[in-house]
Amino acid sequence: MSELKFTKEHEWIRIEGKEGVVGITDYAQQQLGDVVFVELPEVGRKLAKGVEAAVVESVKAASEVYAPVSGKIVAVNQALPNDPAKVNQDPAGEGWFFRISIDNPGELKELMDEAAYKAHVGGGQ
Amino acid sequence: MGEPSLASLKRTPLHELHVELGARLVPFAGYEMPVQYEGIIAEHAATRQGAGLFDVSHMGQARIVGAGAAEALERLVPGNIVELKPGRQRYTVFTNAQGGILDDLMVTNLGEALFLVVNAACKEQDFAHLRANLSGGVHLEEMPERALVALQGPRAAAVMGCLSPGADRMAFMSRSALRVAGIACEATRSGYTGEDGFEISVVAAKAVALARALLAEPGVKPVGLGARDSLRLEAGLCLYGSDIDTTTTPVEADLSWTIAKRRREGGGFPGAEIIRRQLAEGAPRLRVGILPEGRQPARAHTEVFSAAGERIGEVTSGGFGPTLGRPIAMGYVRRDFAAAGTELRLVVRGKEMPAKVVPMPFVPHRYHRG
Repeated sequence: MSELKFTKEHEWIRIEGKEGVVGITDYAQQQLGDVVFVELPEVGRKLAKGVEAAVVESVKAASEVYAPVSGKIVAVNQALPNDPAKVNQDPAGEGWFFRISIDNPGELKELMDEAAYKAHVGGGQ
Repeated sequence: MGEPSLASLKRTPLHELHVELGARLVPFAGYEMPVQYEGIIAEHAATRQGAGLFDVSHMGQARIVGAGAAEALERLVPGNIVELKPGRQRYTVFTNAQGGILDDLMVTNLGEALFLVVNAACKEQDFAHLRANLSGGVHLEEMPERALVALQGPRAAAVMGCLSPGADRMAFMSRSALRVAGIACEATRSGYTGEDGFEISVVAAKAVALARALLAEPGVKPVGLGARDSLRLEAGLCLYGSDIDTTTTPVEADLSWTIAKRRREGGGFPGAEIIRRQLAEGAPRLRVGILPEGRQPARAHTEVFSAAGERIGEVTSGGFGPTLGRPIAMGYVRRDFAAAGTELRLVVRGKEMPAKVVPMPFVPHRYHRG
């Protein structure tokens, strides 16, 4: 059973037990436009919640992907740097960025559920 | 959030059409402008492969009228305007007393007047500058009642020829009064993409009808400011405010070709002494093409270092070149590092990235020659 949570900065995290898979939302990829570059964190790197974890750049703009929870990078999407357009094509699936351990499950309470996230971006559309 | 309110922005006569076409509108130079419709890469490709239609109505259009208009304009620009033949168009720059660039512009000789197209962000200042410096019987007539669209790409000539028989035979950098799909227009064969194309001036009330007629032709797609920027960057063309401004001279900006021999010798434009000295002795820095290695774009203001680690310049425009599928940039480097092939180091997000100086354009120009 997996659960999806969202950050104000437009990351999603799919919680799978003690780990989470992280990407950017469909709203975020639409705002960015055509993604042309992705830089992923090193596997094994420890990140505090809210710290810059990855870089995503479109034709027009550069943006950061932040760690939605504190933890260690367990895996990264190796296919992404060579095919960054996956972020546009399938942001919630093949366009995932990294898998992180959830060191402090209490932090998950600070994230939004899907309904709250939709309300969060609803005002900006 | 943090963006200027769209309510305070001006709109072009094509605003409703942009909304209908699903454009994402952003603030630009005081206007609400389409940055993209379908997506920058798709629109960029449509322009390189077919034809793109751009709304550039935010740009300033004006005429200089009266006997001696060309002589009067020459006192403000280093270009050869006096010998510009009727029906011909030329690119030039307004300079200041330090030889810096106040704006870049297109000048067309209409025969009875000069027609100018200037940048949106500079137009009020340009027009004030002109009014303050034109005298006698020469004066400025602004043309706020006119819209401007650009049709750019390898299919542009066929599209124009279909809607206005003979328009496809216009020479590069020439101007004609046309009826396009029955609508009275003033067209020049020029543009800002490196492709063959036309810029078409039309009264605001007819702008939507003209745009719809052009968009109805096969292969024509609406293109926003996002792709306009990636197209001009690939073409090695300057963006005012980024690549050229009051602190860059035409010589530093690699625009010496815009300064005619007669003007080099005779001077008579603001900053002539500095510009003539730079033409004779070389400028301290030059605008060059920069090709970063790898996939990461180097954006404007990225610092440029020599292979030995000395800071020698800065990127002024940088991004992704969709035609090349890789990052490209332009910027200023010290003169002794400006030769093509020179190894550079860029610092992007705190990391060193190798790059080299390359000739521009990045994508060959395909202007109409014939």
